[in-house]
Amino acid sequence: MNSEQIPEPISIPEEILQKWEAKGVSRRDFMKFCTAVTATLALPVSFIPQVAAAMDDQRLPVIWVEYQSCSGDSEAFLRANQPTAAEIILDVISLEYAEVVMAAAGHQAEQAKWAAMEKYKGKYLLIVEGSIPTGAGGAYCTVGGESAVDSAKKLIQNAAATITVGTCASFGGIPAAAPNPTGAVSVRELVPGAAIVNLPGCPVNAENLTATIVHFLTFGKLPAVDALGRPKFAYGKRIHDNCERRAHFDAGQYAEDFGDAAQRQGHCLYKLGCKGPETFHNCPTIRYNEGTSWPIMAGHGCIGCSEPGFWDTMTPFYRRLPQVPGFGIEATADKIGLGLVAATAAAFAAHGIASACRKGDAMESDKLKREE
Amino acid sequence: MSKRIAVDPITRIEGHLRIEAQIEGGKITNAWSSSTAFRGIEAILKGRDPRDAHHFTQRFCGVCTTVHSMASIRAVEDALKIQIPDNARLIRNLIMGIQNVQDHVIHFYHLHALDWVDIVSALSADPAKTSQLAQSISDWPKSSTTYFKAVQGRIQAFVNTGRLGPFQNAYWGHSAYRLPAEANLMAVAHYLEALEWQKEVIKIHAILGSKNPHPQTFLVGGMAIPVDPDSQNALNADKIAYIGKLLKQARLFVEQVYIPDLLAVASFYKDWAAIGGGVGNYLSYGDFPMDNSGSVSSLYFPRGIIMGKDLANLMTVDESKITEYVTNSWYSYAGGDNKGLHPYDGETTPNYNGPKPPYEFLDTNGKYSWVKSPRYNDQPMEVGPLARILVAYVGGNPDVKGVVDFVLGKLGVGAGALFSTLGRTAARGVDALIMARKNEVWLQQLADNMGRGIYETFNKEKWDPATWPKEARGFGFHEAPRGALGHWIRIENQKIANYQAVVPSTWNAGPRDPKGQLGPYESALVGTPIADEQKPLEILRTIHSFDPCLACAVHVLDGQGTEIIRIKAL
Repeated sequence: MNSEQIPEPISIPEEILQKWEAKGVSRRDFMKFCTAVTATLALPVSFIPQVAAAMDDQRLPVIWVEYQSCSGDSEAFLRANQPTAAEIILDVISLEYAEVVMAAAGHQAEQAKWAAMEKYKGKYLLIVEGSIPTGAGGAYCTVGGESAVDSAKKLIQNAAATITVGTCASFGGIPAAAPNPTGAVSVRELVPGAAIVNLPGCPVNAENLTATIVHFLTFGKLPAVDALGRPKFAYGKRIHDNCERRAHFDAGQYAEDFGDAAQRQGHCLYKLGCKGPETFHNCPTIRYNEGTSWPIMAGHGCIGCSEPGFWDTMTPFYRRLPQVPGFGIEATADKIGLGLVAATAAAFAAHGIASACRKGDAMESDKLKREE
Repeated sequence: MSKRIAVDPITRIEGHLRIEAQIEGGKITNAWSSSTAFRGIEAILKGRDPRDAHHFTQRFCGVCTTVHSMASIRAVEDALKIQIPDNARLIRNLIMGIQNVQDHVIHFYHLHALDWVDIVSALSADPAKTSQLAQSISDWPKSSTTYFKAVQGRIQAFVNTGRLGPFQNAYWGHSAYRLPAEANLMAVAHYLEALEWQKEVIKIHAILGSKNPHPQTFLVGGMAIPVDPDSQNALNADKIAYIGKLLKQARLFVEQVYIPDLLAVASFYKDWAAIGGGVGNYLSYGDFPMDNSGSVSSLYFPRGIIMGKDLANLMTVDESKITEYVTNSWYSYAGGDNKGLHPYDGETTPNYNGPKPPYEFLDTNGKYSWVKSPRYNDQPMEVGPLARILVAYVGGNPDVKGVVDFVLGKLGVGAGALFSTLGRTAARGVDALIMARKNEVWLQQLADNMGRGIYETFNKEKWDPATWPKEARGFGFHEAPRGALGHWIRIENQKIANYQAVVPSTWNAGPRDPKGQLGPYESALVGTPIADEQKPLEILRTIHSFDPCLACAVHVLDGQGTEIIRIKAL
């Protein structure tokens, strides 16, 4: 088939496709990948060629370090789909150091890390997994005899940019939960002012990591972030606002117990403790494991794992969000949202819809007031 | 002349592990295992809702994800005397079962294989001969000359860039690598295939548990994932069929790739069946309940102990004989560091008195690790797939007996070969194969329940803390991929009063006890040959054969009721 006969508004230059074919990546897979990444980055399709060209550049040197981690984010990375971990390691980046996968150990591993830092000073991307303990003179976490505090500072200060994967590196996470026995801090707390993008989540969603790396490759800079350092393309919206069960919340249809008929039918999990109303993350749209599922879809409420301090602020996990300041913020945000809905509804002369939307919410608020 | 070396970090494991070893005459004469990171999650658990505990404990580890949720909910259910519905039992078995299979395959190909497989040598392989080799050992369809040529071409293109990334600075060309080039190429191809495979089959965790790592549908009393064939928001026929497809994909890979590769690689390294034996005591808690009775006899893998490699004498497990020592760990006990404490009565006071970082060597005469030293009846015990398989083999599990005898027969070795580095690696494959087959049985049982209109997945009887006694305590056991895992909980006034986990890598990676008895890693390393002390490939072989998981291993317990001040940073 002669592709020239079909004019394509968006096309990836032929020589790029051929280069990837020579590397053993089919053009179909490569185009699929570029399209998926462009979509995850919330970019218009016209950026597909730019994303493809960025992939074609010299592989970006990446150093991946772990401190107080559970390796869940490394594992999440191994589950990446667009592209896969193998494609990333072989074709997209040059992974200079990563404890979970690297062949060398001990001195040879250490040497690879520090040599890469020197060689690519100011040019490499640093990925940090796990919090950094400041207690006991740094002895709560050492690698190669050196404290996490010392090693992280050097690596962060010499990097072009740092991506924190998971809530521990982003916000301190579980080691920093009360009473924070080891004085654990986030990367941002350790080196204030460094170029950092936070990808919280427990664990990080691999697709968001991939998209952030590609964003960096495409534009040579980190993506726009919110006040907590999280990229807007992934953390710009509340779970509650994109939730597949939102209609049930608005309609006042709630699961009362795990396993009851309402829960089986996919009704709202708010009363079972769901923290979706206070959590900003793209779980409902990206989901996990190649879009297979996410907590609310599987019948369990959100635990707010991409929010700072969630182990303290979101627990007990099975207690419904009370009417505390958090709920107030939620209500306010809803009112703003309601204003927009009302305006739209008015434009279409359908006031009934707007009032129906509020009914469930109002009923629930009344009940809470009675109980507390 | 005797020489001291330190290998830090040990890579291709979970967490931060350091090995120091004394080498003399080309052999290790003494060894010390040290974990160099500490988080203190058990201290963080105190004062919290016991129903939340599994979310916290799951974060012990993201590699053995799920396992600490399992042990935690079982501990709480034991304390509160909660029986779970049959569907919850089956869903849990499936989640645990596929975890074992997937984790073992990742371990074999991505964490362990590079100790035996020389990637660089694969570049000089003849793809046609590789194809012949592959077809002679398996029916796996991806075995053509063209296929292996493409894989080789891809690796060559990568090497040609001159930037080897995670494969740089390794031990390629080391004299201890013994596979022919063709076997190396076959293994590299399967390394890449396994990377693809693992992310597919673990979608079962996403279907049943919402995501992986860190599934989120565990509940004290059952599972949150609903079962209802008439709902699109629950486990229905469609999802059962999808799981069935993934389970088949999992089993075929184990049967046609993992096991043949394991046997092929092992046949070149039979001398490792006499290296790395270690303490010779094996503990398995047993797991995978076949009914809801909660009895030990209902477990598919039996519970038991083997002492001193004596396969003629299978002993029962008495939970009260488990203690932990901190003589050589960076903690102190109020009653003195030389006394062992049972998990219910444990204490925590971190007490780092090691060298100030950066340091060259640890002071191994004193405290030298963040891992404690668990002992059973004051004896060090090895746990893991080898212990599980040995106990099941002796205990008369016919499936295990069949597969073990098949593997031993293929390699032409006796059962004594199992007490070794190679035995550990082989037992992991046996475990994966048995679980891969068993999973399909449990899925069928779940489907049968659904067909009979049994939808219950959660027992809500004791969900409300008001129904709990003022004080309760319990423990939960689980055979995680890496072995015997136990969680102990004390509940007072609806809150966690004390929590402790004694996990597989604590058993295996722990330092010496007050009697000077070496831990299993340390013991297994003694006698290991070292060809080049600058390139500690042989240390990696034996340590990796245990599949270390250090984030799991390091924990803290708190026996004194210090009230935690909860910070609400809204």
